[in-house]
Amino acid sequence: MTELLQNLIDGLGRGSIYALLALGVAVIFGVMHLLNFAHGELITVSGYAAMWALTSGVSWWLAVPLIIVVSIATSLVIERVAFSRVRGASDFTLLLTSFGVHFVVQAIFLLYVSASVKNFPRPGWVSNTYSIGSLKVEWFDTVVILVTLITLAAVTYLLQRTMFGLSLRAAAADFDTARLMGVNSNNVIRGAFALSGLLAGIAGVFWLMRAGQTQPSAGIDPMLKGVLAALIGGLGSLRGAVLGGFVLGLAEVVLRSQLPDSIASLTEGVVFALIALLFIFRPGGLITVAHAERV
Amino acid sequence: MAKTCWSPPSVADSQSERPTPGAGETLLRVSGLTTKYGAISALRDADLHVNTGEVVGLIGPNGAGKTTLLGTIAGLLAPDAGTVVFKGDDITGAPSEQLLRSGLSLVPEHRRIFVDLTVEENLKIGGFTLPKADRPALLDEMAEQFPVLREKWTTPAGYLSGGEAQQLAIGRALMSKPDLLMMDEPSLGLAPLLVDVVFDLIDSLRASGRTILVVEQNATRMLAAADRAYVLRSGEVVAEGSGDELLARSDLFDTFVGG
Ligand SMILES: Nc1ncnc2c1ncn2[C@@H]1O[C@H](COP(=O)(O)OP(=O)(O)O)[C@@H](O)[C@H]1O
Ligand SMILES: [Mg+2]
Repeated sequence: MTELLQNLIDGLGRGSIYALLALGVAVIFGVMHLLNFAHGELITVSGYAAMWALTSGVSWWLAVPLIIVVSIATSLVIERVAFSRVRGASDFTLLLTSFGVHFVVQAIFLLYVSASVKNFPRPGWVSNTYSIGSLKVEWFDTVVILVTLITLAAVTYLLQRTMFGLSLRAAAADFDTARLMGVNSNNVIRGAFALSGLLAGIAGVFWLMRAGQTQPSAGIDPMLKGVLAALIGGLGSLRGAVLGGFVLGLAEVVLRSQLPDSIASLTEGVVFALIALLFIFRPGGLITVAHAERV
Repeated sequence: MAKTCWSPPSVADSQSERPTPGAGETLLRVSGLTTKYGAISALRDADLHVNTGEVVGLIGPNGAGKTTLLGTIAGLLAPDAGTVVFKGDDITGAPSEQLLRSGLSLVPEHRRIFVDLTVEENLKIGGFTLPKADRPALLDEMAEQFPVLREKWTTPAGYLSGGEAQQLAIGRALMSKPDLLMMDEPSLGLAPLLVDVVFDLIDSLRASGRTILVVEQNATRMLAAADRAYVLRSGEVVAEGSGDELLARSDLFDTFVGG
């Protein structure tokens, strides 16, 4: 029982970060039908920014807003330089473009910075814990879960209660008709990339605090988690993406602690196998998006 | 299903700066409009005009180019030749978001309501270009004018019946306070009783002074409801006249069903 509760908290902490990443992936997929394999690059770029700042003596208090701002800016620049040129192209073209961005960003850091891993100091409190009964809870997980809940509440408010959110949802459902209503496609798409960058920035803060390092390929792991979680939840569903993030985080933690030691190192593989199983039974993910007008 | 009780909304309060031409003056003029899909001309050298206060019908068989014509006027498709002049401005090729602001609104074919958004949200997005302060009053107006919608105000629009969805699509288009309302086959796929509701709605919109351009396959009903009409066939305007004149021309009806 205690172990399960412990897993639950650890899994929610991990899942929170995945949920933020997946939500960013889902927002972009919603408006552009782009499965963004360059999403992790936001963490690569902001990771280098954090590394330069932190190794030149800037405190984490300043690094946090820096990471978020760099992530948003990177997202907007990538949209401007790459994705705005392939708007309305086939899903396959969009997919290839996002792969292209992924490799180009990686190559830039390889060529102009360094191929090696760069370390930076992690904030001291990251590994501090407190106890509730026999549970040992990390302050880090506590903060991650709280910040994620606040972020999700704010995003829900944005999407449900503001005109921008409404235009985003309308454009995601039917871009042409949204334009007929006077919704400006540039504003919606840039807004979606800014939101996606903000979410990746918040996730990135926690990701980098825990990692304490970056390298040219640092974006692959967060990208995989975000894309997988969005797929698990059912692409196109924002709620599904968040759910998918939490499910993925919990699955990883529970499997790692429950699998026999001999195969615990294969957790990643087991997770992939489970995801494959999920898609056999529910090809659309956990939450299936239905778009049928009843007559 | 309840019938729509339409109380005329004020027409003189369009959101655009430019004055609307007075009753009987030309509001929209389409000249020599040609639109192609690849090498195929779906619309060839079309001429058409709509005067302020008129209900103008656009009829023709399936594939005649009616949707292409409305889509080109509304800025969803780019024309290959010709001009569209609205309220004296050349708006040829302008994007639809700009056209909406200048007072042109389209109820698209198949309604295209946002099924995941509630009825209220659909209407709100229809008033996207309005100043924030104007929206509540217009929403109230729509709730009053479409009682069916008021009953389902917070229901996702995907749960509406076809007739309700059509009223929502029209209400959504009216939210932008258009000077010219264009509708593409509003009676498509509706049961006969609901077709009556749509034509009643067109009648009351006309009575309230609205200017409307309607595409219909239901030719006889449309000609009876319209002040004037155009007949489109294979991408070309082949006839024009008052509703009664065209109704009398049996030759026009040999080639397509819908009468
Ligand atoms: N997106 C498209 N791509 C290619 N051809 C099209 C497209 N849309 C319509 N067409 C063709 O253009 C012609 C006119 O179509 P449309 O304007 O939809 O006619 P209508 O609304 O009168 O039924 C038809 O022959 C149709 O097949
Ligand atoms: Mg059509």
